[in-house]
Amino acid sequence: MLIVGENINTSRRRISEAVENQDAAFIGQVAKSQADAGAHFIDVNAGTFVDREAEYLCWLVKTVQDAVDLPLCLDSPSPKALSEAIKHHRGEPMINSISLEKDRFDEMLPIVTAHPCRVVALCMAETAMPVTIEDRVQAGAELINRLTSEGVALENIYIDPLVQPVSVDTRMGNAVLGAIKTIMNDFPGVNTICGLSNISFGLPARRFINRTFLSLCMLQGLSAAILDPTDKRLMANLLSARMILGKDEYCGDFIDAYQNGIINKE
Amino acid sequence: MSYQTLLDAVIKGDIKTATEETLKAVDAGRNAQDILDQGLIEAMNIVGDKFSKGAIFVPQMLRSAKTMQECVEVLKPHFKENAMTTKGNIVLGTVKGDLHDIGKNLVGMMLEGAGFNIIDLGVDVAPEVFVDKIKEAKADVLGMSALLSTTMPSMPLTIKALADSGLRDTVKVIIGGAPVTRKYAEDIGADSYAPDAGSAVLEAKKLFNLS
Repeated sequence: MLIVGENINTSRRRISEAVENQDAAFIGQVAKSQADAGAHFIDVNAGTFVDREAEYLCWLVKTVQDAVDLPLCLDSPSPKALSEAIKHHRGEPMINSISLEKDRFDEMLPIVTAHPCRVVALCMAETAMPVTIEDRVQAGAELINRLTSEGVALENIYIDPLVQPVSVDTRMGNAVLGAIKTIMNDFPGVNTICGLSNISFGLPARRFINRTFLSLCMLQGLSAAILDPTDKRLMANLLSARMILGKDEYCGDFIDAYQNGIINKE
Repeated sequence: MSYQTLLDAVIKGDIKTATEETLKAVDAGRNAQDILDQGLIEAMNIVGDKFSKGAIFVPQMLRSAKTMQECVEVLKPHFKENAMTTKGNIVLGTVKGDLHDIGKNLVGMMLEGAGFNIIDLGVDVAPEVFVDKIKEAKADVLGMSALLSTTMPSMPLTIKALADSGLRDTVKVIIGGAPVTRKYAEDIGADSYAPDAGSAVLEAKKLFNLS
């Protein structure tokens, strides 16, 4: 299970302030806490700064990689911001994201094929948000076919089935779960990824919902998640689900996490 | 007769009781506009208030909004010559290049519940389409939503299109969406900013001088 730490996003007030003040120490700390908690990639998103997004994203790339020795998940819908940010990145980043929306696909593709990287591909249809399992599977399949035909390796593709709130439509949970299962079955070797928190928008006790959702997604074969790795209960859920699903030999990671204090009894 | 049972039914989202109560009120000779204003809209005001305070959640709000819509359907034939009075016309849409509609739909439902007439243009709405519809509907307010940093610049473009067609002085502009901030609203010359559906209603009322 690949973990992408989501905490460096300027839609969060303290991150936004730190970016504006160019507070490298604070950003470095947020990066480090996620790395210590087990993140494999650190997501960086400066999307709230419309005019200065590219500039701030580049600064985040440098600042975070000064603090931690991890690859980053460069998170932006803007090809311009991504093509700038990737120049400053050491190692192979994850590009988040490409979709079938025509302009976005055409402009993002050269970035993805010019650099060794992993890519998140959103199951957005060209003209509408997906509703059903079939909408998602269809978009996912088309993304996989187009990306692999351009030379992107299947295992570098992370299909995001696009999580929408169950508060608005109670079918949305099953739509994502079914899509993960079908895509993982139909394209052995491909990855699936999702952000968790959209599922619980508009509801109370969101962390509880997010945790349960993660376990259910993992049962369907989800191979990566964008989440807050410093949330100990969430990580405990992840590690125990992974163990129960037979992906933790001798239950080693679970026990290590317990003995290292990453998870505790309650 | 008081509207208490109707109010309670709409707040609870009990469609059966609410539509029955609406009919009862009509049968008792109450004026349809009065039932709408004092019953349905009043109930949705309470719902909006509770939602803003975090006392109820999105599914409960949606259920109440659905209940109100059903009651309005019951009520419609009883307005004389379709003379339902609304609080004003609001054109709503997600900006060009952006397909996200969940937040925009919630805002639309809450504004409708508050008694406004909503002309929802859907997603991926170009500036010129906003302008045309505002003219056509003689709208007083334009609500725009954007969920992506790449599509937000369509907001100032739409405001410019309003100015170019001479509509800027007659239409108030309110914006929202996850990456949108109050500062951004000020920077691009919007009149108002709403971070969520509950505050969209409060802000719209201010724009119409109703609060």
